[in-house]
Amino acid sequence: MARVAILNYIKRPSPIHGLTGTTKLVFFIAWSVASMITFDTRILVCMLVIGAVIFRISQIRIRDISVVLGLAAVFLLLNNIFIYLFTPEYGVELYESRTLLFSGVGRYTVTAQQLFYHLNITLKVICVVPVALLFIACTDPSEFAASLARIGVSYRAGYAVSLALRYIPDVQREYTNISQAQQARGIDLSGKDKFFTRLKNSVAILLPLVMSSLNRIETVSNAMELRGFGKEKKRTWYTQRSLKRNDWLAIGFAVVILVIDLTITFWDGSRYYNPFL
Amino acid sequence: MAEPIISFRDYGFQYLAQASPTLYHIDLDIYSGEKVLIAGASGSGKSTIGSCINGLIPYAYPGESTGTLLVGGKDPAKASIFELSQIVGTVLQDTDGQFIGLTVGEDIAFALENDCVPQGEMQETVREVAKLVDIDHHLEYAPHELSGGQKQRVSLAGVMVEKVQALLFDEPLANLDPAAGRATIELIDRIQERTGAAVIIIEHRLEDVLWRRVDRIVLMDEGRIVADLPTKDFLVGRMLLEHGIREPLYLTALRYAGVPITKALEPQHVGSLRLSEENKEQVRTWFRKNENPEKAGNERPELLRVENLSFGYTPGVQNLKNVSFSVREGEMVSIVGKNGAGKSTLAKLICGFEKPVSGRICLSGRDISGDTIKERAKRIGYVMQNPNQMISKPLIWDEVEMALLAGNMSAEERKERVEETLKICGLYPFRKWPVSALSFGQKKRVTIAGILVQRPQMIILDEPTAGQDYHHYTEIMEFLKELNAQGFTIVMITHDMHLMLEYTPRAIVFCEGELLADTTAAHVLNDPGLVERANLKETSLYTLSMACGIENPQEFTERFIAYEEARRKAQEG
Repeated sequence: MARVAILNYIKRPSPIHGLTGTTKLVFFIAWSVASMITFDTRILVCMLVIGAVIFRISQIRIRDISVVLGLAAVFLLLNNIFIYLFTPEYGVELYESRTLLFSGVGRYTVTAQQLFYHLNITLKVICVVPVALLFIACTDPSEFAASLARIGVSYRAGYAVSLALRYIPDVQREYTNISQAQQARGIDLSGKDKFFTRLKNSVAILLPLVMSSLNRIETVSNAMELRGFGKEKKRTWYTQRSLKRNDWLAIGFAVVILVIDLTITFWDGSRYYNPFL
Repeated sequence: MAEPIISFRDYGFQYLAQASPTLYHIDLDIYSGEKVLIAGASGSGKSTIGSCINGLIPYAYPGESTGTLLVGGKDPAKASIFELSQIVGTVLQDTDGQFIGLTVGEDIAFALENDCVPQGEMQETVREVAKLVDIDHHLEYAPHELSGGQKQRVSLAGVMVEKVQALLFDEPLANLDPAAGRATIELIDRIQERTGAAVIIIEHRLEDVLWRRVDRIVLMDEGRIVADLPTKDFLVGRMLLEHGIREPLYLTALRYAGVPITKALEPQHVGSLRLSEENKEQVRTWFRKNENPEKAGNERPELLRVENLSFGYTPGVQNLKNVSFSVREGEMVSIVGKNGAGKSTLAKLICGFEKPVSGRICLSGRDISGDTIKERAKRIGYVMQNPNQMISKPLIWDEVEMALLAGNMSAEERKERVEETLKICGLYPFRKWPVSALSFGQKKRVTIAGILVQRPQMIILDEPTAGQDYHHYTEIMEFLKELNAQGFTIVMITHDMHLMLEYTPRAIVFCEGELLADTTAAHVLNDPGLVERANLKETSLYTLSMACGIENPQEFTERFIAYEEARRKAQEG
C-alpha cells in the first residue's frame, strides 16, 4: 500500500535529472574513488562545497532523504567511536607527531593528530553520501539497467537490478497482506512475546511469502523467456538516451576532479595532507 | 486449405516429475485467422497444451513427448523458445507477474530490446502497437497505476510487437472484473480482425468467452480431447457439464423451459438467438409455473454495523467515502465492484489492519474501534484469496491448531476444538495428512478451518473461488453454504457474478470508494445503470428474459436460481 518510501526516485525538473543515467553513474563512481583515495583535507573541503552546490542544483530537499541521512549519520558516529576505541593514537602514527590535548585514561588520550584524522574520515563520508543519494534520487529506475550495460556490465546482471526495483514493492505489499492475515490468527510480531516465540512466529509469515515469491519468480522467468530475454549477446534499451553536451561536460568535470585529486594527493608521495610537520 | 500454424499429431506428454502422462493422443490443427477456445476443468491438460504451443515445454518444463507437434512448421523440441516466441505470442494469466518493465512503454518494448531493434524503430513500433490496444495514453505509467485490464492490454501489446502468427491467451479472464473481462474479449476480437492471427483462448468460463465469435471449441478432459467442434455444433450437444464446465446460463434456462437447442437457434450468443414465438411462449410458461415461495425476512439481530466509515491510504485521497451498512447474524453477503473500488480496504478496516479516518465499526452493538487485530480476530475471521498465502505449517492438524496456541487453552481443550473444527470442515479423515497432499479446494478448506477454530461469528473471504473451475467452485461454495446454515455469518468479496447470484441473497456494491447499492443480488444485475457504474455485467438471463417478453427479469433470474438449486438437491438426494 501507499507507504512513505525511504529512498526512491524523486522526479523534479532539474539539470541533474536531465543527465543520462550513464553520466550520473560515471560521475558517482569517479567521485567515490576520488574521495575514498584522498586524505587531503583541502581537497575534501573543496569536494564538500562542490557536492553542496550539486545538491542545491538537483532540487532534492534534505527532508526528501532525511531518513537515509539520519541512518548515515548514525553509522558515521559509530564508525568514529570504534576507530577511537581500537586505535586511539592512530593519528599520531600517521602524522608522525604528537600534540597531547588531554591525557585521558590509560591509552585513551586525546591528541590533535587523532582528532584531525577523525575529521578527515568524517569529511570523506560527508562527501560521498549526498552524491550517492542524489544518484539514486535523480536517476529514473528505468535507466539503471541501461546505464550499467553501457559501462560494460552484463545486461543480465543489469536487468537483475531492474527486476528488483520492479518487484520489491509487490513483495512488500504481499508481506503486509500476509502478516496482517497471520496476525489475525494470533501470530504476534510486536515486542510483547519472548524473542524465541517471535522468531518462530516470523516463520509463519516468511514461509507463505517465500512460497508466493517462488511462484512469482516462475511467472516472471517464463514471461521473460517467452519474450526472448537472453536470446542475443547484446540488447538495446527503450529508455536509453544518448549523451548530450551536458553529459560530456559532467563526465569531463568528474574526470578533472579525479585527476586533480590524484595529482595533489600523490604529489608528495603520501595520501595524507600533514599540517603538523 | 493452407498449412495449419499449429499441428498436433497423436501427441502425448509426460512431465518429468509425474508418474503418468498429462496429455494423451492429441490431434489438433489450428489455422491462420481461426479463433479457438480450449475449455476444460482444472487438471484436464488444457494449460499443458498451451505450454506445448509456446515452447515452455520442453524449455522450462522438461518431460517426455510422443507423436509430433509442429508450430509454424517447426518442432518445439528442436527449435529454441525464442524462435517459437516469434511465431506464437503468449499472454499469461497473472497480469501482475508478467509485467516486466518499470513502465508501460518499457514493458511493451521488452521483446524488441531483446531483438536488438534500434531505439528509434522500437519507439515507433511501441507507439503503434500501444495505439492498437488503446493504451497509448499511458506509456509513462508504472504497473501499480494501472488496472488489471490495462495491465493485460500491455501484455498483449508486448507480444504483438513481434508480428506473431498466433496469439495464445492462458485464462485471460481469471483476474479481471466482469466488465474488464468483457472488454478483453472484445479487444481480442478486434485485434484478430486487424492482424488475421490465429487466436487460442484457454479458459473455462465459456459464456464470457462466447461474448464474441468463436470458431471452434476444443473440450479437454483427463488429458484427452473429448470434443473438437464448431461452436454451434458444440453447444447443441450436452457434453459440458459431464466434463466439469458450466454451460452458458441462457442455454441452461432454455433447456429447463423445454426449448430444444438446435443449430438453427444460433445458440452461440445470447444476442443472436433465433427464438420462435413458440419458444418464447415455452420460456414464459416455465416462468409462470415456477413461482418462488415468499422468502421469510431475516429478523435476526444485527451483528456488524459500519457507520460513516471513511479512509484513505494517503492524505487527501479517500479510498472509502462515508460508508454505512449493517449485516445481520447468519447472513451471507457479497461485496462487489470493480478493482480498486474499496472492497478489500473495507475488509481491512473491519479486521483492524488499518485504522479508519472517521466513522465507527460496531459488532453486536459494541464499538470495536479500540480493539486490536487479535481481539477482533476472535470474532471476525479473514480468509485470503490464495490458500498458499496463509498456510505456514506442513501438517493439517498444526495449521488448524495454530491460532489456538497463542491463547491460554489447555492441550485437551485445544484437541477437542481442533477435532470439532476439522469435522465441520470435512477434513477429519485427513487430520494426519501433510497439507501438500491436498487439492486447491481442500487447501482452501484448511485455511477456513484455521480461521473457524477461533469460533468467529463472522468470516470475511476475499475472492473465495478465483481461478477455480466449476467443480471446485461448487465444492467451495457448497461448503460455505453449509457453514452459513450452521450459523456462521459470511461476507464475500467477489468478482464472480454467478457466485453472487447463486449463493448470496444480498449484495453490497462499491464504486470508487462509495457504497452504490445494498440490495438483492438479482436486483443488482438487472439494473443496467448500476451494472455499468460498478463495472459489472448483466447476466445472459436478463437478456433472455427481455427477448422473451418477460416484464420482470429480476424475478426470472431468481426463479432460475431457485430451480437450479432444487434440481441440484434432487440429484444429490
